[in-house]
Amino acid sequence: MAPATDAAAVAAALATGPAVFLDHVTLRYRIPREVVVTFKEYALRKLQGRMEHNTLVALRDVNMTVARGERVGVIGANGAGKSSLFRLIARVRRPTEGRLVVRGRVAPLLELGLGFHGDLTGRENVVLQGALMGFSREQMLERMDAIAAFAELEAFLDAPIRTYSTGMSARLAFSVATDVDPDILLVDEALAVGDERFRAKCRDRMASLRENGRTFLLVSHNLADVTESCQRAIWIAEGRVVQDGPAADVCDAYHAWAQGGALA
Amino acid sequence: MSPPGLPVYDSARRGFLFVEEAKALWRYRHLVSELIARDIKVRYKRSVLGVAWSMLSPLLSMAALTIAFSALLKQQIANYPAYFLAGSVFWTFFAQATAHAASLTTDASEITRRVYVPRSVFVAAAVGGALVNLLYTLVPLFVIIAATGHPIHVTWLFLPVSIVTGILFTAGVGLVIFTMASRFVDVKETYLVLLSTWFFLTPIVYTPAILAPKYRLVVRLNPMTYLVEMFRAPIYDGWLPGRNTLLFSLLAGVLSLTFGWLFYAWKIEDYGTRH
Repeated sequence: MAPATDAAAVAAALATGPAVFLDHVTLRYRIPREVVVTFKEYALRKLQGRMEHNTLVALRDVNMTVARGERVGVIGANGAGKSSLFRLIARVRRPTEGRLVVRGRVAPLLELGLGFHGDLTGRENVVLQGALMGFSREQMLERMDAIAAFAELEAFLDAPIRTYSTGMSARLAFSVATDVDPDILLVDEALAVGDERFRAKCRDRMASLRENGRTFLLVSHNLADVTESCQRAIWIAEGRVVQDGPAADVCDAYHAWAQGGALA
Repeated sequence: MSPPGLPVYDSARRGFLFVEEAKALWRYRHLVSELIARDIKVRYKRSVLGVAWSMLSPLLSMAALTIAFSALLKQQIANYPAYFLAGSVFWTFFAQATAHAASLTTDASEITRRVYVPRSVFVAAAVGGALVNLLYTLVPLFVIIAATGHPIHVTWLFLPVSIVTGILFTAGVGLVIFTMASRFVDVKETYLVLLSTWFFLTPIVYTPAILAPKYRLVVRLNPMTYLVEMFRAPIYDGWLPGRNTLLFSLLAGVLSLTFGWLFYAWKIEDYGTRH
């Protein structure tokens, strides 16, 4: 728990208006020892007093401040807590302990094509996707031309999305998520969209979002990606921040560790 | 495109859950209408008859039941088809909304795993979708009732009040079923079985008067009895619902929504993030 003397430090950090602020954040998942999915079983076990849980600590006492417009890469082994961190920032989960402040509209580019429905047309799916991010139909229709143009799908906008190739729907999803002009963009290795030419276009759009002062958080196993597009990197292991600093330094340290060295 | 002033989320600033959830539902109202539109579009894109199908399908199944029960009950109930149809149109709204709320838990867990949306949007969409269907079926209902030679009463104008009360009750039940079904996989199936029993405990195919006295208490304790009566009386009898019907219906509606919303706000975060 945060000691009382931290209160002033927290206030000072918040006064700078950071995009993301974590103060002693811990996230725990409670996992039942046996999977109880039916109400019948649950009621029986409750009656017999046989409910046992394991606790999985996904993040332990994490402190982090990301300023507006900063570009931060998050690296670490599988299961280190990177996705959990993103889930917290996207508000999919709530911290078990500690405090989390997120300033601005968050667009998670975690998995492409969320909420897309095969029987609906591209146009209808764009509106639905926008609604998932809190935008109205009118707002999305205004943006429709720009979204279709970027995805290069103008001719297919009225075809059901089940007739699209994987690349086409990924392009559409990327175009929607980045066109709505989010304040904070969460990217989970989603840069691998479409062919080489389209990927270059995606990188340009990401760059322009960054230049427009958008905050950018990237989870990636590709260290080259991180050093190329981020100023700063955070290395997470077993739910704790191991190192936080300039992208190149942190990536080097992580690389050295991954090659068989000891924990830095 | 962002509204002026950045939206700020602070996990430390947290008011009453039921207030927070209500505010969140309001912020995501666009999503509710998009989900309703999606469900309707998907349904009629798959069928040749299109919108006509959503009008016809409940009426066809009702027609089958009407024929079956007319043979048994027409002596006791004047213009049986009108009596039965008026009640079952309302029942269908209730059953469809609550059952759909249970099946939308799949969508809800898919979506909320990756992006924040208040889960109540799915219940609102289920109720809204069933409401659209109810409004569609009112047209053929009107035609059929006129065709059976039943008088069309001016009391039809009371129906909006009956429907709003019905929405309150349905939303409350839907919230409880949705919350439970988010956690337990057997809730939906169990509820569907319960629904078919519940249907026969509600005077829709019969009138309360023909019941043996020992069963009347069960029917009288069933809130759907009053809600169905409140919808049927203006259509079939040409009366406004009686004082007791009105009182018990409103009470059932308000209590159901209050309890449903509190239960949802209290449990959904835990139940929705188990899988």
